[in-house]
Amino acid sequence: MSFINYASREINCKIVYYGPGLCGKTTNLQFVYQKTAPEAKGKMISLATETERTLFFDFLPLALGEIHGFRTRFHLYTVPGQVFYDASRKLILKGVDGVVFVADSQEERADANIESLDNLRFNLIEQGYDLDKLPYVVQYNKRDLPNVISIEELRRDLNPTNVPDFEACATTGEGVFETLKAVAKLILMDLKKSR
Amino acid sequence: MTNSNMVMYEEEFQELNRVIERLLREANAKVIFLVDKNGQLISGVGETDRFDTTSLASLTAGNIAATGGLAKLIGEKEFSILFHEGEKDNLHISIVGGRVILVVLFDNRSSLGLVRLRVKKSSEELSTIFERLVKKSDDKEKKGGGEFPFAEITDDDIDNLFS
Repeated sequence: MSFINYASREINCKIVYYGPGLCGKTTNLQFVYQKTAPEAKGKMISLATETERTLFFDFLPLALGEIHGFRTRFHLYTVPGQVFYDASRKLILKGVDGVVFVADSQEERADANIESLDNLRFNLIEQGYDLDKLPYVVQYNKRDLPNVISIEELRRDLNPTNVPDFEACATTGEGVFETLKAVAKLILMDLKKSR
Repeated sequence: MTNSNMVMYEEEFQELNRVIERLLREANAKVIFLVDKNGQLISGVGETDRFDTTSLASLTAGNIAATGGLAKLIGEKEFSILFHEGEKDNLHISIVGGRVILVVLFDNRSSLGLVRLRVKKSSEELSTIFERLVKKSDDKEKKGGGEFPFAEITDDDIDNLFS
């Protein structure tokens, strides 16, 4: 649910990064944070445990620029990936405008990816959303690791509806901005369509 | 929950600000924020420069969402008021009209009792304004809002955001 403020001429949109534990959601946000000019970003907030596992969410506000005189802001959130934090994940999906599903390309995480994607679909339905109608992109992360599943196989399992998808290595930043840009574009196009 | 977008217009924005500015004075508060339940800041008055308002809005909404989750677990609809007491500053957080969060930051120049009393009065006024706002935005949407800023958006506009 975007927030259009005609008084301050701003549009705010919420993007949620979803995916299994340790797939690199927080790393995506950290890279965006590092590479964004200071005037275009706010403080990044991470509610994490002492071992740096996301406990509730990470939050990064971005003010990208103006479109037709309206300042466009994106609020990036991650969910905690670990299975037992499901109650928190549901809360973060409230009011979402676009979703990035970050998959872990490693063979041993194949089941975790599928489980997390099912969980995303289910939790969205609970909030009254349909993943197939939301601006949505998929990122195959950790492509730099040796034991990765082929893109064809990942696509078959995780992207049957053929939404925009990207290979990435969030630690070096490869594919990170491409992913963000793609979901932002879908959100703005969706806003346009909704009128 | 509704999936329609939240919209704010100049007229209602001014009215909301008038109410929270008065609340700021009457409650002797330092800062007052209005935040939507998804974590987006609607407006703020008082010493807003001293705080990271965007983060504050996001964390407040997270806080309300988490306590709302707790409420449901024990069979309550929601906890409509939260109070956080610090050594110097305190936060009074309440839900207005079921949809918006009102955050009042105050120190020992005020008191919890005074803040609660004044918040209660202002909440009703804020609720009415938000109800009107929703109606206005629904009406405009039905009519087809020609003034919508993104109606003419192009691929280039979007690409430029990331350049």
